[in-house]
Amino acid sequence: MKKSNAFLPLVGVAILLAVWGLATALKLVDPVLLPSPFATFRTLWEGMLSGKLGVDFLKTVMRTISSTAIAAVIAIPLGILLGSSEKLYRSVEFLIDFFRSTPASAMFPLFLVLFGVGDRTKISVAAFGAALVILFNVAYGVMNARKTRLLAAKVMGASRMRVLFDVMLLESLPQTFVGLRNGVSLALVIIVVAEMFIGSTDGLGQRVFEAQQLFDMPGMYAAIFAAGALGYSLNLLFLLIERRFVHWAGR
Amino acid sequence: MTILASSVASVPTDGFDESRRTAPHVTIRGLSKHYPDAVIYDRFDFDIPRGKLISVFGPNGCGKSTLINMIAGLVPADAGEVLFDGRPLSRVKFGYVFQNYREALFPWLPAFDNIAYPLKVMGVPKAEREQRVERLVAHLGVKIDLALYPYHLSGGQQQLVSIMRALIVEPEILFLDEPFSALDYEMTLFMRDQLQRVFMETKTTTVLVSHDLEEAVYLSDYVLLLSRHPARVVEFVPYDAPRPRTDKTLSESGFIATKAHCLQLFQREVRRG
Repeated sequence: MKKSNAFLPLVGVAILLAVWGLATALKLVDPVLLPSPFATFRTLWEGMLSGKLGVDFLKTVMRTISSTAIAAVIAIPLGILLGSSEKLYRSVEFLIDFFRSTPASAMFPLFLVLFGVGDRTKISVAAFGAALVILFNVAYGVMNARKTRLLAAKVMGASRMRVLFDVMLLESLPQTFVGLRNGVSLALVIIVVAEMFIGSTDGLGQRVFEAQQLFDMPGMYAAIFAAGALGYSLNLLFLLIERRFVHWAGR
Repeated sequence: MTILASSVASVPTDGFDESRRTAPHVTIRGLSKHYPDAVIYDRFDFDIPRGKLISVFGPNGCGKSTLINMIAGLVPADAGEVLFDGRPLSRVKFGYVFQNYREALFPWLPAFDNIAYPLKVMGVPKAEREQRVERLVAHLGVKIDLALYPYHLSGGQQQLVSIMRALIVEPEILFLDEPFSALDYEMTLFMRDQLQRVFMETKTTTVLVSHDLEEAVYLSDYVLLLSRHPARVVEFVPYDAPRPRTDKTLSESGFIATKAHCLQLFQREVRRG
């Protein structure tokens, strides 16, 4: 029973591949627009191992990770500071919500002016978007710390600083990880879009865009799958880290 | 019922200095507290006797929990004074057990570290912390795997860990706010006897807020019956059946008479409202 359940997620994948394979074999779709799964995955495999795709993949990984790291370094301490005083948070809440709702892509031209054409612009726009998501979650995590737990620490004679570090910080960790996961997903979206348009020469976004321009459909699908795999892996990575370090979440 | 019988240790209650027994431990004078919609306490005076287990019982919303929360400093009083042998709360070691053990324990620490945490706050070195927790565990005869995290323990075990966390500082006084009301009946019976055992072992002045009259009488030396708010002392009912009390105690005439007396006073109070 358990063993068969473990294979359930593969059923959907198998169905998709079967339908896709059948559609190309029976030539239901123009083969120029939709190459066979075999051709697509061969291109993906070869591109990742020896071609330019692997280089672009690594570029995008580097940019996404750096922007998330910068965002985390700025947003986590700031979120704790803002969250530890509800008055302070309420006074900047509108600004955070406003810029959190502003599409980060609308900020590209501004950041281009500030940082010029290059990695710095891409990374800083993505960091800007991710930082607001992380900040919001960390602050709420701290503000929603269980009152009983704070009282318990206080009753045991813990100072304000000790309550902050021993209780509030740990209380906010599950919510902080929610922020980090959302943040890294958003950073990837922004990086890929930035790679497509801002005079880029590399990265997965650039790869997809270029393949489309050259009508290299297997190459384009391969790059799309590479981007999907990257997004999924980053999310999974953060989930695994969360399970390891925030073992009490949801219990 | 085998749980009840086996968990009660028969420890003699000797070695207590008779002269100190008569002096009150905590003196409450002129305690006042109002909420926007009600005056809960208006110049409330009371003495808590030393080395006794007292239960606080009264109608809903009369301020049972507010009373111990004010004494323990969790809720500020509007006016009045609470002194422990003439000293303020800040100079007293005390323990407090919350009703909601799930939210009072630290889920990121194993049970052992939860118990040791108050010592860490006090700046006790790690080796001594561990020694003291182990001594307490042996003293109380607790059989829980303390390497587990709280969420892997049953509700009763978690509350027992909370009680040990309150006891680890060797408090002069122990407060418990409806500690068993989130547990099922079987676990409640077991935990009552665990608490009785802790009390017999440590003789710590204990104040228990309860909404269960049977539990209040069964565990206490005195039941403090409060009126509707503003709360007054309706009666301070003594109950001196010898410890350890067991399930047999529940059917003895002394227990039944005391409980009936409390119930009568309680119902009179409820009807007055």
